[in-house]
Amino acid sequence: MSVTTSSTLDAKGSPMWSSGHGHDVISTKTLGFWLYMLSDAMMFTALFAAYAVLGHAFNAAGGPWVRAVAHAGVAFQETYWLFGSVLAYGLAMMALKKGNRGGVLLGIAAALVIALGFLAVDGREVLDLFRMGALPERSGFLSAFFTLVFYHGLHVVVGIAWMAVMLVQVASVGLTEKVVYRLLNLRLFWHFQAVMWVFMFTFLYLRGAIV
Amino acid sequence: MLVHIDGPWSPLLGRLALSEIPYNNPILVGTFVFAALLAVILVGLVTYLGLWRTIWRDWLTSVDHKKIGIMYILIGLVMLFRGFMDAVMMRAQQAMADGPHSAGYMDSPHGYLTPYHFDQIYTAHGTIMILFAATPLLVGIMNILVPLQIGARDMAYPYLNAVSLWLTAAGAALVMASLFIGDFAHAGWFGIVPVMELPYSPGVGVDYWMWAFQLSSIGTTLGGINLLATIVKMRAPGMTWGRLPIFTWASLSANLISLSTFPVLSVALALLALDRYLGTHFYTAGLGGNLMLYNDLFWIWGHPEVYFVILPAFGMISEIIPTFSEKPLFGYLGMVLASLGIAGVSWGVWLHHFFTMAASPAVNAFFSITTMAVGIPTGVKVFNWAFTMFRGRLRFELPMMWASAALFYLLVGGLTGMMNAFTTNDYMVHNSVFVVAHFHMMLLLIVYAIFGGVNYWFPKVFGFRLEQRFGKIFFWLFTAGTAVVFIPMFTLGFMGMTRRLAYVAFPQWRPLLDIEVVGIVIYLLSAVFLVAQLYVSFRDRAQNRAGLDAWETSRSLEWMTHSPVPFYNFAVTPEVHARDERAWRVEHGVDTVRPERYEDIHMPRNTAIPLWLGALSFGLAFGLVWRMWWLTEVCGLAIFALIVIRSFDRDTDYTIPAADIERMERAIRDVPSGRPVVAGVRGAVPAFRQGV
Repeated sequence: MSVTTSSTLDAKGSPMWSSGHGHDVISTKTLGFWLYMLSDAMMFTALFAAYAVLGHAFNAAGGPWVRAVAHAGVAFQETYWLFGSVLAYGLAMMALKKGNRGGVLLGIAAALVIALGFLAVDGREVLDLFRMGALPERSGFLSAFFTLVFYHGLHVVVGIAWMAVMLVQVASVGLTEKVVYRLLNLRLFWHFQAVMWVFMFTFLYLRGAIV
Repeated sequence: MLVHIDGPWSPLLGRLALSEIPYNNPILVGTFVFAALLAVILVGLVTYLGLWRTIWRDWLTSVDHKKIGIMYILIGLVMLFRGFMDAVMMRAQQAMADGPHSAGYMDSPHGYLTPYHFDQIYTAHGTIMILFAATPLLVGIMNILVPLQIGARDMAYPYLNAVSLWLTAAGAALVMASLFIGDFAHAGWFGIVPVMELPYSPGVGVDYWMWAFQLSSIGTTLGGINLLATIVKMRAPGMTWGRLPIFTWASLSANLISLSTFPVLSVALALLALDRYLGTHFYTAGLGGNLMLYNDLFWIWGHPEVYFVILPAFGMISEIIPTFSEKPLFGYLGMVLASLGIAGVSWGVWLHHFFTMAASPAVNAFFSITTMAVGIPTGVKVFNWAFTMFRGRLRFELPMMWASAALFYLLVGGLTGMMNAFTTNDYMVHNSVFVVAHFHMMLLLIVYAIFGGVNYWFPKVFGFRLEQRFGKIFFWLFTAGTAVVFIPMFTLGFMGMTRRLAYVAFPQWRPLLDIEVVGIVIYLLSAVFLVAQLYVSFRDRAQNRAGLDAWETSRSLEWMTHSPVPFYNFAVTPEVHARDERAWRVEHGVDTVRPERYEDIHMPRNTAIPLWLGALSFGLAFGLVWRMWWLTEVCGLAIFALIVIRSFDRDTDYTIPAADIERMERAIRDVPSGRPVVAGVRGAVPAFRQGV
């Protein structure tokens, strides 16, 4: 009980008002971003739950079933693109640790370009599926499948836009406190979407190949 | 892709046409005239007093957590009034439309509201009361109090805080717009599936409901992140977890709920939007959809939301009772664990909202037991409050009256809730007004705590106390109204009356329904005294000025700064030595020690961007509701552009020099207070630890 311990304090002798007390900006911002990611993880969880509920053969309503739409080979290729981009961003963070502005710019630019590669492969795959008649409005199963694919895709698009903004800021402002915490949060975000992709690869594509 | 809807559509106005304006409905025209008159009077008054500049500079663009909190509370009060008027209309309709011979007015077969209009009213009542009244009121109070209680200058992210506020405001505005442009959902506040799907609700009502809900959900999620980060990161030195004020613990538990469940609501609503706009099949009855998916997703949020609003209410009660018992809270650790326990259990009870919807007996039994388990931590809280009062020196001032009355409602609502937790019993009363009466008891407990909290902390925020005489009349009338409305409602529930009846088939229910009308009239009367209380308090504010410690036996940190609280909260951040720091300082005679020297203070600069983001979100949602795609696209792009532009703004903070702080501090003349009155002897140290 702190009431008992504090009553042994010398009340008159201890300071009543603090001095030189400050809060660490970067750690505060980073904590907030972790909390945001928790909420985003809940969104993914709800979407995965929806996919599990609508993932039975009868939810396909006679339309294309999971084997026809979840191509593990293509997804494996997409994984390489995505992880390549995460690796490039990681290298940018190594450069940040050394305070190497050029290295940061180079790493982020590489991550951005590789992420565009992912989007191109992902986009072509989705278009192919659409062309063969596997549309989100065809059945409850396809609605859930495509919603997950697009929700992850949205993260990649947001990440790319964010990287573009950060390229400009690193180039124009330099590695100030504000720029650094944004780079660190973007690192969290970029890893987060890759982790979500791992779940998608497992539950949509790998599981789809054996159902 | 995009679902085609029959009917007129133009690229400029979407589905909006003159026929969508309900100018031929006398009720809505009357409402519009009332709202317009009120708006004209307000605008005129503000112009006459020359307050536009102040309102813009000090309020609309403010990032100060106290002002944002006050604006949240204002939104909550306006929406509380709107939700209350909906209740008045429903009571009147059920009392009039009773029995086959009851008369009908204004195109209605019975009563004065057509069934379609009545359906919109109960949907609006539920949506408004939960999302746009209770939630903003409590979020507002948390916003004001949490930084003060932990000795912080502001929230962890003041700018994000303003964004949350304006998103909530945009949602509320959307609900209000639906009154006069188009109509509102008729599918119940929680969305009865598949009625809210496009084939059964082709109008814009469900879209209004869905997007208003969505905006409020996003705003509350961001607010939850902010409060959690504030509590974790912004505590004053010495404010250990074991010393955290109990209201802050309650806020922490509540926001753990909001952070983890509001995203699920967002998904539930987004999937509905996909169904309605893009023709997917998540919740459709055919083509592989699953109706229960919606019920589960919605209530996985819906039940924790109930605890999200009740935990801060419990927190306020836990602050008020010790102050007016002149004792520390009994069982602090138990209280903390009970709050976290309620937050934890909240995740495992959602299925009790649909025991009757074909879950297996084993599943029902599981959720029945988890629901009953909620009673354990809640019971711990009730006993802790009772033991706090036990052998305390009780003072029944207004906050204490509201807080102790809340305990009675907790008993009534809690015990009837336990009755509903038995699946066997639930099969009897499911969808009856017994359930309605039960959850109104729980929400009224929250309202009681809010009124208690407003009375309690009002002097801290505004610097003067609320008047007591009219306040007490308001309290007693409100309490009488509650009893007269809800006791007959419990009885009607047992008699088999189902909820949402635009027409009541049994004339023998008429007497009880008439008594409910009497109750609602008493409620209306009580509102007059609330206005009188506010008016008299404002008129006599010079006599009612409050000192640092308005109640003279307060215990926590917020009572150590001036009333009203200056914009920088504490001139110098306090060092915390004990759980009840203020009480500890009074006990040790060090409460008058002022800071010896001042330091520069770093503050966030005001900005209009959150306001614009709110306005643009409103435009985005309005465009989606009416399918004006250009509006949606313009607003969406503008939101993105504003976020990017803001990230390039380097001038977001400023520093107040120590000399200025010192000057401002010396200019403040605190009303002398702080020494508790003991048996009429001012200055005697009270029995802080007696009876523990």
